[in-house]
Amino acid sequence: MSAHAESHRHPDYLKVYFTLVGLLVVSVVGPMVGIRVVTLIAAFGVALVKAYMVAKNFMHLNVEKRWIHWALALALVFMVLLYAGVSPDVGRDSGQRWTKGAGWHQLPPSHEKAGAEGTPGAPRH
Amino acid sequence: MRPIATTRSAMGIPTGRLAVWWVLVSEIVIFGGLLASYVMNRIAHAEWGAQAAHTNTWAGAFNTLVLLTSSLSAVFAHQAAEGGDGRRAARFLRLTVLGGGIFLVVKSIEWTHEIREGFVIQSGGFWSYYYTAAGLHAFHVIAGMCVMLWVAASAERNQDLHRVENVGIYWHFVDVVWIFLFPLLYIAK
Repeated sequence: MSAHAESHRHPDYLKVYFTLVGLLVVSVVGPMVGIRVVTLIAAFGVALVKAYMVAKNFMHLNVEKRWIHWALALALVFMVLLYAGVSPDVGRDSGQRWTKGAGWHQLPPSHEKAGAEGTPGAPRH
Repeated sequence: MRPIATTRSAMGIPTGRLAVWWVLVSEIVIFGGLLASYVMNRIAHAEWGAQAAHTNTWAGAFNTLVLLTSSLSAVFAHQAAEGGDGRRAARFLRLTVLGGGIFLVVKSIEWTHEIREGFVIQSGGFWSYYYTAAGLHAFHVIAGMCVMLWVAASAERNQDLHRVENVGIYWHFVDVVWIFLFPLLYIAK
């Protein structure tokens, strides 16, 4: 038995499991109400709670070394940095030499033809 | 001779478990980057909601249930391994692998249906993310199943029981990733 195992007692896994299943039902039924705020809370708020419960009770993160928490948090910070750095551009409709129109994600006919024929360098979005 | 993963303890954690946590830190960067870019594009393109409306919520919910159940059996395997019962741990690990198999079967049925409907990876921004994120996740499920079968084989002989916890931590992470993929790809429509 590892020192880690000796350092904590196992929670009631069945109780945790049925709570997770209950939360899954909430995340499926909640959006059926059709109210945007309820959908967001039921889908993403509940997902956060479920992830926390799995990390704490199944991965035993609550009894893991403190610096493991920091290492995991650092990875999450990189995710936030990526989002903060890139999303302002993704959210824009135009820049110095470009405009994001209705057909932004559709290839112009000439490009589609060139791409279909396998022309090297044909832009693919 | 005992393996270094159990005898050496770097920074107060057995080396094997430390390695698993490092893998997971890098996995957060991989999946986190993918999901963050999906979220920012989804917010920027309201029309993706219409594409997302074609995903099967019930299939996604069922697969969430399957993964949560497989996580439960993985944690029971860990508990059995701690008690020194390798055979019982191996049985629970194989049950977890069965859960992974059911997950993949449901996913393949789902994808077959969607591809037949004409929704392929080039069908639009949403579908590109859908197949990439779910595909990458499915790859992790397959990898976890292979490692778990290998760990179960040694656990059966009461050898290297510390690996049961290590592979379990990885499996729960795969479960956590799906917990976030489910609302992003199946609920937000």
